[in-house]
Formats: sequence, structure tokens, C-alpha cells
Amino acid sequence: MKRYDLIIVGAGPAGLSAAIAAAKKGLNVVVFDENEKPGGQLFKQIHKFFGSKEHRAKVRGFVIGSQLLEEADEAGVQVQLNATVIGLYQDKEIVVRIGAEVRHYKGDAIIIATGAAENMVTFPGWTLPGVIGAGAAQTMMNLHGVLPGKKVLMLGSGNVGLVVSFQLLQCGCEVVALVDAAPRVGGYGVHAAKVARTGVPFYLSHTIVAAEGENCVTGVTIAEVDSNFQFITGTEKHFDVDTICLAVGLSPMSQLLKMAGCAMEDNPKRGGQAPICDEYGRTSIPGIIAAGDVSGIEEASSAMIEGRMAGVVAAEYLGYMEKEELDTELASLNQALDGLRQGMFAPKNRGQAIEKTEEGIAVSANLLKNGYVADDEVERFPGITHRSGIHPVIECTQNIPCNPCQDACPKGCISIGSNITSLPIAVEGPECINCGMCVASCSGQAIFLVDEDCGDGTATVTIPYEFLPLPEAGTKGDALGRNGKKVCDAEVVSVKSVKAYDKTNLLTMRIPKEFAMKARFFTL
Amino acid sequence: MNTINDRSREIGPFVSGVDDDMLICRCEEITKGEIRKAVHEGMWTMTEIRRYLRTGMGLCQGQTCAKLVKGIVARELGISPAELEPAASRVPMRPIEMRIFANETEGGQDYE
Repeated sequence: MKRYDLIIVGAGPAGLSAAIAAAKKGLNVVVFDENEKPGGQLFKQIHKFFGSKEHRAKVRGFVIGSQLLEEADEAGVQVQLNATVIGLYQDKEIVVRIGAEVRHYKGDAIIIATGAAENMVTFPGWTLPGVIGAGAAQTMMNLHGVLPGKKVLMLGSGNVGLVVSFQLLQCGCEVVALVDAAPRVGGYGVHAAKVARTGVPFYLSHTIVAAEGENCVTGVTIAEVDSNFQFITGTEKHFDVDTICLAVGLSPMSQLLKMAGCAMEDNPKRGGQAPICDEYGRTSIPGIIAAGDVSGIEEASSAMIEGRMAGVVAAEYLGYMEKEELDTELASLNQALDGLRQGMFAPKNRGQAIEKTEEGIAVSANLLKNGYVADDEVERFPGITHRSGIHPVIECTQNIPCNPCQDACPKGCISIGSNITSLPIAVEGPECINCGMCVASCSGQAIFLVDEDCGDGTATVTIPYEFLPLPEAGTKGDALGRNGKKVCDAEVVSVKSVKAYDKTNLLTMRIPKEFAMKARFFTL
Repeated sequence: MNTINDRSREIGPFVSGVDDDMLICRCEEITKGEIRKAVHEGMWTMTEIRRYLRTGMGLCQGQTCAKLVKGIVARELGISPAELEPAASRVPMRPIEMRIFANETEGGQDYE
């Protein structure tokens, strides 16, 4: 039986990061993945990631995937694709289906990084063709170039539901509604706001009554629910759709760990069945380590750090590094992970209603209910200031662990400070040079460059714009407000696309000056 | 997790529901009503439900329905889903053709 120092199951962000970390310590590593392409979900992620530099913030997910693969290759990691691990037996024996064979391998250490599977919800008609997981929609669009449908209803307002809704819009689908049974938007407000400003209505405290159709989905009815999640009669709303996307959470794919005999727990906070493990992923069986979503649902950035932790833990377990060295490396990784677990969306705050930001500012109620900050709420946040000439308006109103905007401005117009979750502040003093780097670097597309008074009764607003085709200068259209409704006529002044913007185009539109603080999107 | 399964508890009679004919396990075509009835027929663990109805034993191996079935059984028993131990995880983890499953190469053969 072929033996490896370390066998990793899953070539996603956690598995690849673990492989790189371990191989750099000299371990002989193989990674098995059942898919034909590596990277797990990373290659479907076309949006820019949050975080700080060490978390690869403002880099798009699929680029991070390529970077990881390159690093894995350089480190001498073997990634075996189309290799389905079907069993994990006693004494760390792994059974893999490769082609038309079943092969047995032995690992001195095993890292399970199998990720998670999408949850489903049931309603009459949920088995009709056209009801799909949001992840499936992403796979179709971003990996295979297939449009999932034309008119889509999204159920779930977590980051997955919000991000996939935006991607559906980018693909040219119409998203007729974003629906969630919860009373508040679950994902980042900035993700919600970029969907809402295109005109997608949010229905919180609503869920699906039934999907309609004989052979496939032709429509859907939603209705409001009370605090016990019971339908309120008379609140039904109907939409003609051909697709219903479900983004209702993930469950760890932890069966291999259970099969191996690791102690498990059913913990709703971790997404379901997960191994009982220490903070570095060590399970109850020495030498079997869990990393990424399989050890509790989080997201890709933390999965990458957990993977690196698991990799060095495996290296120390097998004697490739000293305990002191391990402790030093884990301490710095812990710090990086801790940075991501701060703010309003930190795992410890899950399910809690937060009323004030760390700065003591009342959070936008409208953002949580309708997906956008209302015009009369936005002024209270420190990123929104008024001055003459072009200046950044930073509509970032929740404490999330993200700070690329602070480094993006060469003039120091934006400050977050040392606390990564602080709200960005528009600094008084430095002159904005209209370079647009802040607009392009904001993963939440929440920064705008505004000239509130051009002197001729007009104002200009520069918005991040990731839709094709790009309108040409001189194009006349509508300026939409944060709520996605038309506020005034607009004319495109310019559309800038330079390499440093990394495919976030900067669209500048001219509008009557009274709408300078209201117009936030352009449409034909 | 509670390892003691007290079967002397009274869970009341089976009361039919409006959505009893809704499919839950798509692979084996098991409805919500069948699952709920099975609980009242004495199937109180996920393993029993699985053997009695074949839920989660089809092509997807419960990837889609395991959580749904668990929720229905727990509700019928009046307990939290977290209190129900999931069914055993067994080899093969993924559906596999018998001719491939039988085609074992015990080792030796390395891929490069």
C-alpha cells in the first residue's frame, strides 16, 4: 500500500493551504479531490474578498484559487483530481476511487478538508426543475458559462444569497426578489446594498409558500411570516419566475470523520454534524485533523488560515518541526484568524441583533430590512462628509473585518486605523486626486467619488460598475437611488477601466446637483 | 448527545397534515407523511427510519434530505434535531458502480 506522510481530502481553500504549509515543512503530501478542477468553491467566486492584506483582501476569489494552486505546485504538492475518497478506515487508511479502480493509501497524518454541502428547504413544488441551490447557480454561471434561468427569485439573504444574486444580475438575469424568513438581512450590508441599488426588492420576514408549474418552475408565491415563522394570510405575493435559488445555509460534509470514529457533535452554530476538535482542528483521533467548513461553517478566508494551521499541526505531529516552532507559527496564524472573526458578523455574534456600531452609531434599520441605507440615515456615518471638489463618500456602515480602502488612497483621505473592523473615516485635510483607487479597492462596492457642485448646477458621481456592456461616454440614462428607484436623469461622463482597478470599472455620471447624495447607480 | 432513547414516552397519535404528500427523499421518493407515520410506528432513530423507509439510501446518499428527515423526525418526537444521532456513515461515501468497487488495487500501483 502506498504511504504518504500526509493525505489531504479536498483541494479547496483549506485543503490547498494545508498542503502548502505541510509541504514547506518537508512532508510528502497528496491531495485528493473528487472534482475535475481544484480550488473547491474558490473558482466560482468572482467577487473581491474582504479582509486585510494578509487575508488576500480585494483579490477576487478565483485569482486566490490560482495563486494557491501555483504555490502548491512550487511546494511539490501532488493534487490528484477526479479522485473520490469513499472511505477512511482504521489506522488512517484511505480508500479512493480513481478512474475504474479503487485504491488504498495510508497516511501517517490525515487532514479532512471536505467543505460543506448546501441545505435545502421544502415547500410544495420544491422538487420541480428550476429550484436549485445558489451554489449550483454559481457553478453553472461561473464555471460552465450557462445561464441558470432568466427570471430568478433568491431565497436567503446571507452572503451567499447576496453575492449570487449580484452575479445573476451580472449574467443578465432578472432577480425579481430577494426573500428571507428572518427579519433582518443576514449578510454584509454592503453586499445587500449593491444588489438593492440595481432595483432588486428585498422581502424580509417572508418565505416561499409554493413553487408553481407542471413540468418546471413557472412561478412562485411568497408570504410574510410572523415571529413564529407562520404565514400571515393575505400577505401573499406572486412572481413569474423560471428559477428559484435557495441559499439557506450550509452543512459540514463530515461523514468521513464520523466514519473514521472521530468524536462528533451536532451543533447548529457550526452548521450541523461536526467533529469535536481543538482550536487547530485536531480531532479526537491523533493525526486526523479537520480544516475549513467541515469543522464548522465560516468562509473561504478563514478556511485558508485554518488550513495553514492544520498543515503545520500535521508537520509537528509527524516530527517535521519542533513544538516551539509550531507554537510561534500558530500564534501568528491565530492572530490572522482572530482578525477575521471580529465585528458584527463574528461567529460569536451570530443570530444577535446589533443596534449600535463599535463607534456607538445606530445601525441602519433600513439596511437590515430593505437592503439599503436610507437617505436620512446615511449622513450619520463617518465615511460621509461634504466638501467642495471631488471627494470620497464611503457608505460602509457596519463593523466588518476589512480595510483595503485605507491603503488604496495614495493621499491618505481614508482612515480605518489599527482596528480592522472600525468604520472608514473620510479624513479632513488631504486633497482627493480623483484616482479612483478607493472605489475599485472596496470589496463591498461602497465607495463613491462625488463632486457635489460642479458650478453649473450639476454634480458628478463616480460609481463602481461591474456590468457589461459598458456604456459609452455621452450615454443618457437613469440615475437610481440606493433603493434602486429612479431619482433623476443622468449622462455618462466617462467609464474608466485600468488594470489597477482589477475589472471594477469606474462609471462617472453627471446629474442635477440636488441628487448628488442620492444617485448611486446608473441604468439605461 | 443523549445516548438513551426512552421509548416509553407518549408522543400522541399520528395526525395527518396538509403537506404529507410532499417528497422529502427525492432519490427514494419518500414523502413527509411516510416519515411522520414511521415515527408513530416506532421508528425513533435515524438508523431505524433509514432501514424502514430507505430515506437517504439512494443516489445522493442523504446529501440533500438527511437534514430534512432529521428535522421531521425530531419535530414528531418533540425534541431538538441535535438530540437525534445521525445514521452511520459507511463506505462507500459516494455512489459507485459495483464493478469499480470490486476492482481493488491493494497498493503497489502508484499514479504519477
